[in-house]
Amino acid sequence: MIEIKNLTKSFGDLLVWEDVSMTIEDGETVAIIGRSGCGKSVLLKHINALLYPDEGTVLIDGANIFDQDYVTQRKLRQKFGILFQGSALFDSINTFENIAFPLRYFTTMTESEIRDTVMDALEKVNLENVHDKETAELSGGMRKRVGLARAIILEPEYIMYDEPTSGLDPQTSDEINKLIIDMAESLGITSIVVTHDMHSVLDVADKVAFLDEQRLSWHGTVEDLRVSDHESLNNFIKASEYQI
Amino acid sequence: MNAFQEIGKFGTLLYQALRSSTELKTYRKSFFQEMVKIGYDSVPIIMLTGFFTGSVMTIQSSYQLDSAFIPLSTIGAIVSESILIELAAVISSLVLAGKVGARIATELGTMRVTEQVDALESMGFNSVSFLVVPRVLAGILMFPVLYIVASVFGVGGGLLAGIFTGTVPVADYLMGARMYFTPWTLIFGFVKMFVFGFIITSISSYKGYFATGGAEGVGTSTTEATVLSCMIVLLADFMLAALLL
Repeated sequence: MIEIKNLTKSFGDLLVWEDVSMTIEDGETVAIIGRSGCGKSVLLKHINALLYPDEGTVLIDGANIFDQDYVTQRKLRQKFGILFQGSALFDSINTFENIAFPLRYFTTMTESEIRDTVMDALEKVNLENVHDKETAELSGGMRKRVGLARAIILEPEYIMYDEPTSGLDPQTSDEINKLIIDMAESLGITSIVVTHDMHSVLDVADKVAFLDEQRLSWHGTVEDLRVSDHESLNNFIKASEYQI
Repeated sequence: MNAFQEIGKFGTLLYQALRSSTELKTYRKSFFQEMVKIGYDSVPIIMLTGFFTGSVMTIQSSYQLDSAFIPLSTIGAIVSESILIELAAVISSLVLAGKVGARIATELGTMRVTEQVDALESMGFNSVSFLVVPRVLAGILMFPVLYIVASVFGVGGGLLAGIFTGTVPVADYLMGARMYFTPWTLIFGFVKMFVFGFIITSISSYKGYFATGGAEGVGTSTTEATVLSCMIVLLADFMLAALLL
């Protein structure tokens, strides 16, 4: 379980958001939505301590991730897989090595076991015959899938998706949404999805958190979202041209 | 960010690098790759730099010391001493600030702005140990090796320039070169290159590691890394000369 308690973050004089609190239960898929620049990705990076808040705590299974020694914090981070907005694949190595990368350092697998595990991960994200491709040769959708394969390779308890469908055509976006649902259902992973794509939100999420006016303006289930009378939330949904 | 904050941030990065230098398993592979990139790949440019520095020194010295009262061996002494004690180290380092420093800052800066550093951290890697430590260690080890290359080609270039321009006979050049040579000259050169290697790789790593703002940010951090490395190398050169000579 992830408990976010009273988080406040500023960059210099610029307040990103303040007093953000929410709880993410095991097995849930939570979508964090909001306008561009409202600090969705910043919030995501606080959850596994890639960024530190000015105030507040994030408890991962009861442990405050900001208040750990470096070794313990790294172990807590390994509970997470992240699909970054630009996929963040290492461009100096090919697709296979990108996915195998954490296995080589954090497991004692033999070369053939690594190969089987990587191929299995590629199959899970519906990608075959790309393992020997350079990352520069991959399309945007392929890069997202490879990023996802790398994110799940160490079998994390939580997976965080930063704008998983941004820059993709509607068909590829649908395929990525299906993968997010598959991951949550088949692997039982708790998922946090940062997006402004309402189509994606309603496809994949159990709960929704809406960041607006430098705070967590609204949060609830997708069913609550459908009947909400929250003005700025409804404006956001309307602006995204999605009919609930 | 003011200068004191920058120095504090740089010091913190160095402290983290020192603390994580024990994580050999994390950086062993990239350490050897960096030794090749910093050392082996820089040999051609260092050979050229050394050769032409020595050649020009010989030609200019023979032009300036063109007198019946000054023995020709003096030119060999001036050229070899200047190369070994100063030019092989400083000119090579300025060239390497452009070649090695710019590469390190660009690589790390690009990794930072494309979230590859975040990806490493999120997997549980110590990104300082993985990215900074191997580059700084390889720099400290390979710069003195490159000093040997620059010195050999510098003194050799001076000798060949003397032969081809007919200004200094081989015997006079070699006699002059031997006349004032002491092992301390070489030790001083090695100490300098050790320090310069540290300065260039650590400043470039720092600038790249904390790059922000996309392609323009990477460009800015690369420029700053190169300019700052050159300035600090020159300052350190002065301080080492004042302290050790």
